Amino acid sequence: MSDENGVIYRISGPVVTAMGIRSRMYEVVRVGHEGLMGEVIELHGDKSVIQVYEDTSGIRPGEPVVRTGQTLSVQLGPGLLTQIYDGIQRPLPVLEKTMGTFIERGVDADGLDLEKVWDFEATVSAGDEVESGSVIGTVQETETIVHKVMVPPGQSGKVASIESGSFNVTQTVCTLDDGTEIQMMQKWPVRSPRPYKQKYAPDTPLVTGMRILDFLFPLAKGGAAGIPGPFGSGKTVTQQSLAKYSDAQIVVYIGCGERGNEMTEVLDEFPHLIDPNTGKPLMNRTVMIANTSNMPVAAREASVYTGITIAEYFRDMGYDVALMADSTSRWAEAMREISSRLEEMPGEEGYPAYLSSRLAEFYERAGRVETLEGEDGSVTVIGAVSPPGGDISEPVSQGTLRIVKVFWGLDAGLARQRHFPAINWLSSYSLYPQSLDQWFRDNIASDFPEIRTEISSLLQVEAELQEIVQLVGSDALPVDQQLTLEVARMIREFFLQQNGFHEVDAYSGLEQQYKMAKAILTFQDSAKKALAAGGQLEDVVNVPARTNLMRDRFESGYIDRVDGLVDEMNKQIAAAAEEK
Amino acid sequence: MSGKEYRTITDVKGPLVFLEKTEPVAYGEIVQLRLTDGSMKNGQVLDTSDDMVVVQVFEGTAGVDLGTGVKFMGDVFKLPVSKDLIGRILDGAGRPRDGGPAIVAEGEADIIGAAINPYSRQSPHDFIQTGISAIDCCTTLVRGQKLPIFSASGLPHNDIALQIARQAKLKDSDEEFIVVFCAMGITAEEYNFFRSDLERTGALENAVLFVNLADDPAVERLITPRLALTAAEYLAFEHDYHVLVVYTDVTNYCDALRQIGAAREEVPGRRGYPGYMYTDLAMLYERAGLVKGKKGSITQFPILTMPGDDITHPIPDLSGYITEGQIVISRELHGSGIYPPINVLPSLSRLMGGCIGEKTTREDHKSVSDQMYAAYAQGRELRGLVAIVGEDALNERDKQLLDFSGLFEDKFLRQSRDEDRSIDETLDLCWELMQNISTKYLVRLDQKWIDKYHPTEKK
Ligand SMILES: Nc1ncnc2c1ncn2[C@@H]1O[C@H](COP(=O)(O)OP(=O)(O)OP(=O)(O)O)[C@@H](O)[C@H]1O
Ligand SMILES: [Mg+2]
Repeated sequence: MSDENGVIYRISGPVVTAMGIRSRMYEVVRVGHEGLMGEVIELHGDKSVIQVYEDTSGIRPGEPVVRTGQTLSVQLGPGLLTQIYDGIQRPLPVLEKTMGTFIERGVDADGLDLEKVWDFEATVSAGDEVESGSVIGTVQETETIVHKVMVPPGQSGKVASIESGSFNVTQTVCTLDDGTEIQMMQKWPVRSPRPYKQKYAPDTPLVTGMRILDFLFPLAKGGAAGIPGPFGSGKTVTQQSLAKYSDAQIVVYIGCGERGNEMTEVLDEFPHLIDPNTGKPLMNRTVMIANTSNMPVAAREASVYTGITIAEYFRDMGYDVALMADSTSRWAEAMREISSRLEEMPGEEGYPAYLSSRLAEFYERAGRVETLEGEDGSVTVIGAVSPPGGDISEPVSQGTLRIVKVFWGLDAGLARQRHFPAINWLSSYSLYPQSLDQWFRDNIASDFPEIRTEISSLLQVEAELQEIVQLVGSDALPVDQQLTLEVARMIREFFLQQNGFHEVDAYSGLEQQYKMAKAILTFQDSAKKALAAGGQLEDVVNVPARTNLMRDRFESGYIDRVDGLVDEMNKQIAAAAEEK
Repeated sequence: MSGKEYRTITDVKGPLVFLEKTEPVAYGEIVQLRLTDGSMKNGQVLDTSDDMVVVQVFEGTAGVDLGTGVKFMGDVFKLPVSKDLIGRILDGAGRPRDGGPAIVAEGEADIIGAAINPYSRQSPHDFIQTGISAIDCCTTLVRGQKLPIFSASGLPHNDIALQIARQAKLKDSDEEFIVVFCAMGITAEEYNFFRSDLERTGALENAVLFVNLADDPAVERLITPRLALTAAEYLAFEHDYHVLVVYTDVTNYCDALRQIGAAREEVPGRRGYPGYMYTDLAMLYERAGLVKGKKGSITQFPILTMPGDDITHPIPDLSGYITEGQIVISRELHGSGIYPPINVLPSLSRLMGGCIGEKTTREDHKSVSDQMYAAYAQGRELRGLVAIVGEDALNERDKQLLDFSGLFEDKFLRQSRDEDRSIDETLDLCWELMQNISTKYLVRLDQKWIDKYHPTEKK
């Protein structure tokens, strides 16, 4: 027996112990006669403990285990976009071709199509000095995205030769004068963050088109957000809306331990949906990773790393990347399952003691950076969390909330009232407004932050008034407070509610959001005046023009009509006061 | 394989047997045990190494001693599959239970079942009419969906499941479902209820039954649904059938899972259930759906009883996280004599959006369903307020909504066990009931549908 080849000693679910190999931590090994892919996750004397990315039924002690010398890596290069992978970057369409409808095991597949020929256009010339991360050429990867071919980290020198032309991803496109050959494809170990020059503080919002998010709880490009919520409260719909409408240039969508049909839905929909920011199909900017709940848990554990590495790679080209992980709880559970097979000492609720540090390391890979090339790039991470029983006092929610600066808390009660998105406006928060307000003032309206404050304090006041109403009924309140309730209702129904499936209302630009918020405050002002002038609350709030103002948001071109609708509302309210 | 019998058991604990000095045994391999009294038991390998093999014994370890002989069968658990399964009743381990002949296999299928490649799936979108208004209107069932019933002990979930199994059809189509019924630890009485109903309606000829009853081995329950789903996959994807899988009670299944976890001294998750229960349940629930290029489909209708009526209990909770909605049965409605006592408020069909409307059900369906739901929700909430302030304190709108909530339960929810309402009848009934609310309060209804369908205000 050499150090390279060993045998299986023990099999317990996805965890296999091998003897007789001298492997390294996180090295990829081939397990059993079928050569199942696994990764070394623990070393004990002469034993290597391996998590196996495929089903281990039918495998026996004594079967071979072979080292590969590689750590778990992804292939990076043109061909990532529009692709759908499993947790270890095997393209699902390729798996379908080789094994049909059901995913059998023991099949290898390259992450990139190694045959496909791309038009490479050199952007440096012989004699130029290049460094790690320098862009040496480009490829039009999809209709909207230019893929920048970079010098892999760790390499640099003077370009000896470089040529534009048609190449596949393994052909050399550039040679440095020390003989280093550069191809369009590079590999990167998924568990190590890719290098950058420095991290910046985020100062630009990730515009999502969802009013409650952008307006009240904004997320910065390069920031991290957590979306906890019980089942059926809208985590997936929210994540999918973000994948559709947010103004990231690249989207990495990870279905981590969730439903197969949800991924199918994305696959069906995205090629036909138009990106509001480019006017081209959304698929062009999207990479998907689908390791559904019934696929092997070890590959589920790896899926978030595969995803974030791909996200960092596009960041390094200077893009703003948004990554959605649905659901990080399933990732944590995969860790728990593996850990318990290793008979590790459990921490809280059976999760391994290193849960919170793994969560922190993952979210730390978000950020806005100066790339090695000196460009500005970002990875924004949005993680769904699925707390048992919807109770966020559990370890995954708590571990997440300690790190992320944005908390979008989904609420079962709101979902049950069909108030969507069911994000609780009282418990949610964002710590970014401070760093983003200048941007909002410069780009949308100079009083944007003040309007936001007014809207949120109205909602606070409403919550307090509601407590009284519960006891005495709303008719017992003074008229000005009844008006406040009416205004708050308008905020909820007209502004916060947004049907994620409505072709028009699902997306609101920031200017429209601002106008809608202003319209609500204008309503409040005119109604107050009318009441002071002796108008009846009933008449003042029920003017038809207000209903029109609210209903019209479902029609396209709304933003151009808002001002007119507001004027009409003001007129009718004033008239209502005079009639009395 | 050698077929050698080992007498090397060192420990027996709960449903587990530990033995040493064996041949290399495969993970998941099927095991036969011969007890000293000559009786036989079956099991499966849970952990295997050069030094020690752990076997879970389906029938429990009563009677097992250190002299028990253990034989490894050389393969993982497979179900002989055949079209002849249709019309048959099998026990929880897949052996005939109806006195009929052994199944002549057309093939064998691994019961663990490989995952469907998400890329190979096809989105479900065909409306299944169950004839039950609450479901068809508010939590529409879609062919290929997994939609569990969240019930509790003493509630009529079995009647509802049977009614659905009897009445389920595609609108305007005679295409019938094959029912695969899987009993996990239910009582003989419940089982007889299912069987005689299927017999009475002739549905048994188009059904396959896998039966593990309350007094059958508990651990066997862990394989029974896998057998049922393997049969379902075979019939759906090899023989183009539309299969409706009804399995009950998932709670008994989970308890068996907990038993194994405890015997292995695993670190328990919430309420003692194993930390991998989510994944384990997903390996059942995800075996539903449609796939590209195949005509058949699998629709799942699992039934679970919520311990203590608690929807946050790990069993309903983890189920809800995997399935595509849920139908919640209410003890309160049942108490007021309403059948089917479906509480539409916490119920949800996540696939409904894509399957209702002009081309499939009716153009006004979404609007009507939203309005019915909203009005009922508000009416129900007002009941609480009325209890405090009295009905007189209500304004006109609230009075109408309050009254409506009563009508909703009495006329819309309530129907008899053999009443099969078409979707048109259901939606017309909604309009009839909504007459009791002035149209100015029916803000979720599009004006165009009021003009077309409102009994008194249509144009
Ligand atoms: N923004 C929204 N607009 C309209 N409907 C919504 C919205 N958000 C959620 N819903 C409704 O709620 C249902 C459940 O939402 P979703 O699937 O996102 O829940 P989830 O939190 O991801 O649940 P799980 O944890 O079980 O995956 C959807 O099928 C849809 O009917
Ligand atoms: Mg979800």
